[in-house]
Amino acid sequence: MAERIEFELVSPEQLLISEPVEMVVVPCTEGDIGVLPGHSPLLAIVRPGVIDIHEGGKVKDSIFVGGGFCEVNPERCTVLVEEALPISSIDRGEAEKRLTDAKAAFEAATDAAAKKAAETEIKTAEAMLQASAKQLH
Amino acid sequence: MPSLKTLRLRIRSVKSTQKITSAMKMVAAAKLRRAQEAAEAARPYTERMDRMVGSLAKSFADAAGAPPMLRGTGSDQTHLIVAYTTDRGLCGAFNSSIVRQVRTMAHALRRDGKTVKILCVGRKGNELLRRDFGNAIVGAITGLGRKVMVYSEAQAVAAKISEMFAAEEFDVCTVVYNRFKSAMTQIVTAQQLIPLPVPKADEAAAAKGPQAVPIFEPDEDDILAELLPRNLAVQLFRALLEHAASEHGARMSAMDSATRNAGDMIDRLTLILNRSRQASITKELIEIISGAEAV
Repeated sequence: MAERIEFELVSPEQLLISEPVEMVVVPCTEGDIGVLPGHSPLLAIVRPGVIDIHEGGKVKDSIFVGGGFCEVNPERCTVLVEEALPISSIDRGEAEKRLTDAKAAFEAATDAAAKKAAETEIKTAEAMLQASAKQLH
Repeated sequence: MPSLKTLRLRIRSVKSTQKITSAMKMVAAAKLRRAQEAAEAARPYTERMDRMVGSLAKSFADAAGAPPMLRGTGSDQTHLIVAYTTDRGLCGAFNSSIVRQVRTMAHALRRDGKTVKILCVGRKGNELLRRDFGNAIVGAITGLGRKVMVYSEAQAVAAKISEMFAAEEFDVCTVVYNRFKSAMTQIVTAQQLIPLPVPKADEAAAAKGPQAVPIFEPDEDDILAELLPRNLAVQLFRALLEHAASEHGARMSAMDSATRNAGDMIDRLTLILNRSRQASITKELIEIISGAEAV
């Protein structure tokens, strides 16, 4: 497995990761996508979840991401996200608080736009909680 | 000739002003460095976003089904101008050059019989534009970037704009901001955001023959519907970062020249003070000598 694909994880504030990897699994709206070198061009929406970087058949790194986009071509996999956090540094209490806050915001929302924003926030918080469960293993 | 006492007081007051301006210069310099770093760090994201939108927009360039954010509403009757200004003053001609640009644009649009709406970001713009365009100002957003510009602030601005666009309150949206060239120079820039100007497919790429069409998941429309509002936020964020860096640069050079001017003034006043002190001493001596001679 000498072949590698350039993986880039970018948030609005900075370039988080840019390194060649063996495989990366990206959570997309229609399911998780495993990207290997030579993947055909793809554009997909990323859902809140966990990106796994695989190295030598094992998961080397797991990063929680909020929603975003993923662009793949044979040499490169670029993931644009609004927020990203290594799962080891997720604070479970904070994630729980975020979920309760988001649910409260959803109840309080009056117009459609606010409701949609709150819904996205709930999904993000839920995904964050799920991701934090993986910490122990 | 002012008295010695008033001169001394004046020198003291100018000195304390100089202390303030030079401290502000230091602060602005430190903030400028931070703002530049933030702008630098954000570049990869905006670049890749541009590339993604570009490749997607090309395939949609003249399709009738393109979403309105890309294609426009079909008319250009109402223009929204987003003016980025600072919350605080003492930064030279920074705000007035933005306001001047907005004024020129607004007047030109009105001459063509178009409706102009203005969204002010920053307190100063609102204050300066209120007199001439009081009824055109649709909103003011203040208090951005207290420490460093963060993405969520740009999102807030973008959310307001998308909301207005969804309510069909305008057809064309342009952002006016100061682009950072160096600490001394800022360039007033007007950038159109809605409808999004589609980059022309360059000849070199076209010569290579048709590129592989990417797989879209879920499909083009959904991706575009997600991507465009985000792209709006990203463009606004980029402008905000440039704006923040420019602001601190402008303030730094304004405060630098203020410090220099204060120094010049202190020198001048000190010279006058010394001269008049010398003159009064000479006068007293003459009086004593002539008094002694008269005896």
